[in-house]
Amino acid sequence: MLALSPAPDGTGAVPGRRVVITGVGVVASCGIGAPQFWQGLMGEPPVARERPVTGLDVGALFGPKEARRADPFLRMAIAAADEAVRDAGGTDAFRGDPERAGSYFGTGVGGLETLCEQDRVFMQKGARSVSPFLVPAMMCNRAAAEVSMRFGLRGPCECTVTACASGTQSIANAARLIATGRADVMVAGGSEAPLCELGVAGFANMTALSRSGVSMPFDVARDGFVIGEGAGALVLEERSRALARGAHVYAEVTGAASTADAHHITAPAPDGSGAARCMELALLDAQLSADEVAHINSHGTSTPPGDLAEAEAIHKVFGWPGPPVTSIKGMIGHTLAAAGAIEAVAVALSIEHRLIPPTAGTKNVDPACGLDVVLDNPREWAPGPVVSNSFGFGGHNGSLVISPPA
Amino acid sequence: MAPEETFDAFKQCAVEVLQVDPSKIVPEARFAEDLDADSLDLVELVMALEERFGVSVAESELEGVQTVGQAYELVASKL
Repeated sequence: MLALSPAPDGTGAVPGRRVVITGVGVVASCGIGAPQFWQGLMGEPPVARERPVTGLDVGALFGPKEARRADPFLRMAIAAADEAVRDAGGTDAFRGDPERAGSYFGTGVGGLETLCEQDRVFMQKGARSVSPFLVPAMMCNRAAAEVSMRFGLRGPCECTVTACASGTQSIANAARLIATGRADVMVAGGSEAPLCELGVAGFANMTALSRSGVSMPFDVARDGFVIGEGAGALVLEERSRALARGAHVYAEVTGAASTADAHHITAPAPDGSGAARCMELALLDAQLSADEVAHINSHGTSTPPGDLAEAEAIHKVFGWPGPPVTSIKGMIGHTLAAAGAIEAVAVALSIEHRLIPPTAGTKNVDPACGLDVVLDNPREWAPGPVVSNSFGFGGHNGSLVISPPA
Repeated sequence: MAPEETFDAFKQCAVEVLQVDPSKIVPEARFAEDLDADSLDLVELVMALEERFGVSVAESELEGVQTVGQAYELVASKL
């Protein structure tokens, strides 16, 4: 990653430092845990205007006092992070100096459900009754902080809040900390629990949500996104360190980029120019040309303007129709800040299983989008570099390049 | 309310907030050492007690409160 020449101010990549994925963890409506999630992506999608996570048992992760106070966004983040760390070999993943190990967890709205609950307490019983745990439960950096405390990681501990780009950009920022020599191992991901009444009402009144309850990215009949929740986490490590301890390497983070549309607070730039520039910069970072990209794990939320803008951006960079595209939001809906992190897990598993999961829910690809969308069944492929996109309200664009291990 | 009933009600609040076994809520139990409760836990417990008993406890009154017995006496003195 970050093969660009080291910057004169010392902020550039250190030559030879590469970043690999050695652990994955996921909490999603189609499955909790990576194997269940992967199997879930191959199933039939529900028709439902919300895609909640059900059956998450955090009894082994939190004591009873902590469990009672933990917002759903934190529960899911910790479940995903704990799985990723176990997958990477447990505490062995943090061997060495704890000041060289860190956490990077994004979210869009943090502990919204706790905030809503405590607002009800405030309205009914007054200020004296508001929980002293409201602030630490709702703050967006809580998941990053909890991961740091839980595993004793004393290096960088941060949270990127860029709406639906948060997950992707958190992984990108964590990878950059490793590539630039600031850290050797990072637990990185994103988590979102927006399904309280207030959150759903806010999105519904923006007319962003699907009325049909079918998430069908790039379909000619798409009518908005289906709101979901979940969390995804990766253990990222400097490559030589991972190899030295014999860790399983899923994939390598070879590039990343971040741009802004500077256009509108919620609508994407209609020509997809900001997104296109983001993908181009990520490829430059990875020292890859567009024709070397084997697959795109798209943002593809199933909104009419968003999918069209992303399709235009893909054509600008990759030509027509471009590499095979999938959107797992057809299955799990749009999990907002968790989306990019869950999708990074999906990419790691796509490389591992040599299969691209289908875009569930999509039947007829919109000719205006004109992409090679993987439909109906998983598609076998020879894994190559993958571009994973996330775009957020505010005009945030984030792209990762994730390549097979080499 | 008889003293035993008052202590039982106190115990219920403490068990609910601190999520500990009821047998641990005894007068000599120390919040930090025996019940793993920090200062914010104590604030939450006092809020629950205020609601349960309809009393008001000022923050300054919590200074020096280290055991279940001390907290109970503080509340009981206001009934």
